Amino acid sequence: MTGGIPNANGGVPKTPAKSLRPRLLGLGRGLLSSSFSGLWLALVAFPIVIMRFDATARSIDFLWERLPRLVAVCVAGAIAFRFLLRHKAMGAFRERLSLGASSPKGDPRGRLGRLYDGLSGGRARIPLAIALGLLLLCLPFRSNPYSVSIYTTALIYITLGLGLNIVVGVSGLLNLGYVAFYAIGAYTYALLNTHFGLGFWVCLPLGALAATLLGFLLGLPILRVSGDYLAIVTLGFAEIVRLVLDNLKFTNGPRGIPHIAHPGFFGLDLDKSVKPFLVGRGLLHPNTDLDQVLLYFIVLAVVALTVVCVHRLENSRLGRAWLALREDEVACQAMGVSRWRAKLTAFTLGSTWAGLAGVIFASQITFINPKSFSFMLSVIILSIVVLGGMGSIPGVILGAIVLILAPEYLRFFDDYRMLLFGLIMVLMMVFRPEGIIKATRKVREYKRHADGESGEGAPEEGAPEGAPAR
Amino acid sequence: MDLFLDLFIGGLTKGSVYALIALGYTMVYGIISLINFAHGEIYMIGAFTALIASTFLSSLGLTGWGLLLSVMAIACLWAAMYGWTVEKIAYKPLRGSSRLAPLISAIGMSLFLQNYVSLAQTPNFLPFPNLIPPIPPLEKLSHIATRTQIAIVAVTALSMGALTLFIKKTRLGMAMRAVSQDPEMARMSGVDTDRIISLTFVAGSTLAAIGGVLIGCSMHQIDFFIGFLAGMKAFTAAVLGGIGSIPGAVIGALILGFAESFAAGYVSSSYEDVVAFVLLIIILTFKPDGIMGSATTQKV
Repeated sequence: MTGGIPNANGGVPKTPAKSLRPRLLGLGRGLLSSSFSGLWLALVAFPIVIMRFDATARSIDFLWERLPRLVAVCVAGAIAFRFLLRHKAMGAFRERLSLGASSPKGDPRGRLGRLYDGLSGGRARIPLAIALGLLLLCLPFRSNPYSVSIYTTALIYITLGLGLNIVVGVSGLLNLGYVAFYAIGAYTYALLNTHFGLGFWVCLPLGALAATLLGFLLGLPILRVSGDYLAIVTLGFAEIVRLVLDNLKFTNGPRGIPHIAHPGFFGLDLDKSVKPFLVGRGLLHPNTDLDQVLLYFIVLAVVALTVVCVHRLENSRLGRAWLALREDEVACQAMGVSRWRAKLTAFTLGSTWAGLAGVIFASQITFINPKSFSFMLSVIILSIVVLGGMGSIPGVILGAIVLILAPEYLRFFDDYRMLLFGLIMVLMMVFRPEGIIKATRKVREYKRHADGESGEGAPEEGAPEGAPAR
Repeated sequence: MDLFLDLFIGGLTKGSVYALIALGYTMVYGIISLINFAHGEIYMIGAFTALIASTFLSSLGLTGWGLLLSVMAIACLWAAMYGWTVEKIAYKPLRGSSRLAPLISAIGMSLFLQNYVSLAQTPNFLPFPNLIPPIPPLEKLSHIATRTQIAIVAVTALSMGALTLFIKKTRLGMAMRAVSQDPEMARMSGVDTDRIISLTFVAGSTLAAIGGVLIGCSMHQIDFFIGFLAGMKAFTAAVLGGIGSIPGAVIGALILGFAESFAAGYVSSSYEDVVAFVLLIIILTFKPDGIMGSATTQKV
């Protein structure tokens, strides 16, 4: 804990040379003490990392070859952690000094956020959107089946992320049982399809409806629970759903439901009729089935619909109520917003998207069992929202792409995937709680107090500013 | 009647272990209002450290009570180190931030620790030796309760007693109570709040490690995931008793232990875990302040 403050007294003028030596000293001391922290970490980790229990021989293997790496990682980690922590403290200090005077450097959006603003706000917006759309439309045709299925998975996660974003990001209700609604959607389709032969297109709304209904029914009692307790209750609920699915007879217990149908296309067999035509003209990768491509397009459409819906919702009366709820429940209620109604709508609508995604997931994977809906999945979806930026649509999309696509291509990280997810969640919360792309709202500020004329009537349209500090 | 007695003893043992973990949750919540999701993982790490230490020490020739006590001491020490470190990394920098941030950070920490153990050790179940040496006078009772079960209840009772004494009688305990009542005021009266918070994590982790060692001895196997379910249930127990209240946590844990045990015995063992969660949802919905907790009004 060498404070960040002593070095910040650069305000004392007329000693241009003085700053270097104390700074170097401070740096040296900082490095030294964070190296010690690193050694402490290595000591803490020693028994678990170095002394491995061998279950067959019932003895301990000392894995000394891991030691140098362990120490290196711990020391480097400690130094980086301290440096970033100090950087953040200095930033906060500077911000307090300038008292929120808007300087271009103090832009809370960060570089990526500004880049995004530049791309989406400028003249290039429409051509860029068209190019992106075309790219997304052409993507599945030239890709191999494996890639198409990964893209589809990523799109499903984007849908899930955007849905959870309504609940966690916009309304601030930490739902750790989101996967329960996903499971409900998937099982609705799986059961209706295998038992009654209902098709994908009938089940898509039905699955969403089932999840919505369940969200509503569950929301009625548990939304009385506030704050942290909500996280636990939803988590408990998801576990109940999973355990029940695991034990019920008609869901086939842990063996799950196989042979779920892919979505149909007006009863046409695309792979027989259209595929040879497309492959013959080099328009389609020969191994890719059109079933997969169709599914990709369905999810793409759902994502587009979701983005539009969520965007419209965010800027609606309801969306504003959600935001108010997130910022301060009591104040929100005092302003005449029905806290209960805002919570219930957010929770229910969030579940709707989970149900939609569940139906799509079941039709993509064609086999589901309760194992697919573990708590870990809830955590992955949550990390998508957290990493991308809570309440920010482009952020969530980026988060899903980073967290779902990156590990697929970096197989090296496969084992470390969940470890990294955990680490990312902690580090994001410590260093950048607003996520990669911070959510923006148009804020109306009273800028010209002194003139007796409030800025209330004239917010700067189209010039998004930082969201109010939490 | 035999079945009843069996289930009763089973519930008591289970409840005792839950109580040891629940205390960590309740103490931390009482002091910084944070659900320490990583607490279950500390318990798991306590069990793993105990397994490693016991294997290593017994290969050096240590046996019996000496082995048990030294293993217990090492597990507690290391768990306390983990608890302390986790607080410094994942929670301390977040003090004073939004409500959601520390909670998400805690979930991340829990995920990290689980996978860290699974990668560094093994993702499979590991056999855990019964470290509790036979106690001849207790063998007569073996048709009612095994020595492990008796030891679990006894150790839990002892730990509770020690904790209560610590909190009620020592200066540090007084400081802890002060911080949990009003951190601001405690700071003004010269209490080093950061140190007290660290101390709370250390104390909670120590108790969790004791629980970890005991559960290893009674279940004979551990894996990296035991912390998740145990943590959830212990949290349920803490809420059941009224979070923030130490006797509440014990009572809640015992109730939960009995409820699970009897549900498993008389209803169906596959729904054993469901009982805990259903109880949790009902309690939180209808009486969120728990049995021993007092209703609080939110002030602006």
